[in-house]
Amino acid sequence: MAGLTLYAFGDDTMNGLALFGLGVAAMLGLGVAGGAADEGMRIHAMLFAGAAILAVFFLINRIYEPKVSLAGGPDTIDYNDSVVRAGAIASVFWGLVGFLVGLTLALQLAFPVLNFDTAWLNFGRLRPLHTSAVIFAFGGNVLIMSSFYVVQRTCRARLAGDLAPWFIFWGYQLFIVLAATGYLLGITQSKEYAEPEWYVDLWLTIVWVTYLLVFLATIWKRREPHIYVANWFFLAFIVTVAMVHLVNNATVPVSLMGSKSYIAWSGVQDALTQWWYAHNAVGFFLTAGFLGIMYYFLPKQAGRPIFSYRLSIIHFWSLIFLYIWAGPHHLHFTALPDWAQTLGMVFSVMLWMPSWGGMVNGLMTLSGAWDKIRTDPLIRFMVVSLAFYGMSTFEGPLMAIRTVNALSHYTDWTIGHVHSGALGWVAYISFAAIYFVVPPLWGQARLYSLRLVNVHFWVSSIGIVLYITAMWVSGILQGLMWRAYDNLGFLEFSFIETVEAMHPFYVIRAVGGLLFVIGMLVMIYNLWRTIRGEVRAEAPMAGTAAARA
Amino acid sequence: MTEHEIDEVTGQQTTGHEWDGIKELNSPIPRWWLYTFYVTIAWGIAFMIAMPSIPLVNDYTKGVLGYSQRAAVRADIEEARADQSAFRDRIEQSSLEEIRDIPDLFDFAVAGGKSAFSVNCSQCHGAGGAGAPGFPNLNDDAWIWGGKPAEILDTIRVGIRSDHPDTRFNQMPAFLADELLTREEVSNVVEYVLKISDQSHERDAAARGQTVFREQCSSCHQESGKGNRELGAPNLADAIWLYGGSRDEIRRTVSLARNGVMPAWEDKLDEVTRKQLATYVHALGGGE
Repeated sequence: MAGLTLYAFGDDTMNGLALFGLGVAAMLGLGVAGGAADEGMRIHAMLFAGAAILAVFFLINRIYEPKVSLAGGPDTIDYNDSVVRAGAIASVFWGLVGFLVGLTLALQLAFPVLNFDTAWLNFGRLRPLHTSAVIFAFGGNVLIMSSFYVVQRTCRARLAGDLAPWFIFWGYQLFIVLAATGYLLGITQSKEYAEPEWYVDLWLTIVWVTYLLVFLATIWKRREPHIYVANWFFLAFIVTVAMVHLVNNATVPVSLMGSKSYIAWSGVQDALTQWWYAHNAVGFFLTAGFLGIMYYFLPKQAGRPIFSYRLSIIHFWSLIFLYIWAGPHHLHFTALPDWAQTLGMVFSVMLWMPSWGGMVNGLMTLSGAWDKIRTDPLIRFMVVSLAFYGMSTFEGPLMAIRTVNALSHYTDWTIGHVHSGALGWVAYISFAAIYFVVPPLWGQARLYSLRLVNVHFWVSSIGIVLYITAMWVSGILQGLMWRAYDNLGFLEFSFIETVEAMHPFYVIRAVGGLLFVIGMLVMIYNLWRTIRGEVRAEAPMAGTAAARA
Repeated sequence: MTEHEIDEVTGQQTTGHEWDGIKELNSPIPRWWLYTFYVTIAWGIAFMIAMPSIPLVNDYTKGVLGYSQRAAVRADIEEARADQSAFRDRIEQSSLEEIRDIPDLFDFAVAGGKSAFSVNCSQCHGAGGAGAPGFPNLNDDAWIWGGKPAEILDTIRVGIRSDHPDTRFNQMPAFLADELLTREEVSNVVEYVLKISDQSHERDAAARGQTVFREQCSSCHQESGKGNRELGAPNLADAIWLYGGSRDEIRRTVSLARNGVMPAWEDKLDEVTRKQLATYVHALGGGE
């Protein structure tokens, strides 16, 4: 334990302000709970007050505990890794929750009796729980965790703020809990991927703005002359998500004491705002943010320089400029005017190459390190993740073309498309990042077992392939059945016949989902043993083959 | 600070930047990437010229091709109508019996009826018309309101207990709930109904129930229990049950009554479609 440094306490004024703020928050929560207009609001206000009171205890504890740091010599930067560790645990936890809820839904679609006739477990409430758990809880925690890890190391600067990163972490978990319990209680704005009601939106705004400020302040105090490309993507993700969140959730509460609110937009304007939001949630949350992750962890793991700085610049700016206009492709053949549909489609098609720029830059970075695909399962995760990224960013523009959309829209093809992006790209690059950060974060030299990483890789890969091929077949079948006419010009199938035809594919999809969950459990086991500092006695990956060659 | 190294593997220069050990090459952008990007942009501009695309103050550019989604849908619908119009005109002018006797017209009517049935009727009657508890099976030959083509057509038009002024309507009393019968009388009459429908029953109770049946039920269901179509009273002596024929289900029906509904389709489906539906349902197998 060389170089043990005793830290001064954080800024007393900050601690005082924080305690005051938490006190106000607790009073506010209790006040609203007392006069709540509905049961949901009462439960949420009490949750909020409870969280604030818990935070007071932990804060006081923290103030009176001397802080110990393991920083080395005077040149070493004492990175704030404790919040990154918490983020890694939260990522894995919420990932498992989200995948399990997804598996439940897949089984419910194949066997509807599995909702057990209860309101809480019906598809309508569990579905937003699944989407929010995987996108915002799993994906969001991975993004916050890895952006904190990456920004410190690429700026050679400790994360800005002392309490602020913890506020972001715990504030974000509170947002997740409020959103998730709200869905089960039936509290929703009925806007896809933006279901939480007005007060949860406000809370997220506070957390998110803090996140932006901490990220910016860390970049501001960097000791590197340039800002690394990963941080461009993280920043674009944070700023744009804030913007689309605020505009899409513009709402008027019925009462400040009640959970219900009405969206400021109406009719087709609301639809367009909603899909402008949701598409950019995909574009900036699930694409730009995770490209940031790729841009750090891939070159680190491969030990190779980024393929092209010029490509980074061009594809970054073209991606963020073009993505923001593509939302109308979700509203082809609706009340949305023709001209807006045309623009949505045109911008989506132009988005193809800017999206692929990330894949090209990632894959070409591996030139000179392709042999590692045989020996390093983390590289396998990264390469397959980029392959799925490339596939779904080709499929996206294709499905945005109106004639293709006429077949694909509202079918399972969309579900398959989303999951090739979510499971293949987002989850895989996340798994790679988590496997990468856990050993150093817990002071371990290496993972417990690379062979288990490989097991995780293969089990979940088979799961993804089953999932998306089942959805392709069922989606196209569904679309063709909906539009089938007989030779006399009559509709061929009733809706229920098309539902019946989906059943075998729903079963295959559930099997795919089960494999993905099993892979996740293997990962959790591996990480748990790693954190305990154990190393599995095993032959190195393809070591003999490499030695022979 | 800026040192431009040459990367050995690729022969490319680095930019001289380094972050946490990560360097960058200054490789040119791949040609195929750049040209494909240009092609999508050129295509985008061309498509925007061809199609409605640019919003103006009060209007939008219509595009060289003058495409309009609404006009396209309208044209599609008109074309589909035109294709079917000859058949539809003939159906309009023909009676249901005539439709049945002209093969090509009959085929068209059954195909159209099946399609309309899938969209409008299958939710209750099932995709094949086999029914479900509370929703009659249309394949069998038990008809509460008549199974001749004209009777089926009329049921479709006015519905059952619907808001149509001419709706098919009757109401069986809820004998127990309305206190018309005692619990014991209900039990007895249920045994009697079990008896006439040839199911196992308690002999003595059924005998007592026969009196109750004669006084309370026979005015609609007839002495024999074989029902009366004029009144929409179902036949109780066959093995076909709309709400279930077990002791418990019959007891429930007698005690609380059922009175299911079917919507009137006169305002929702045109006459030609209703005729097609009637032809299709009649041809399912149970038609008279």
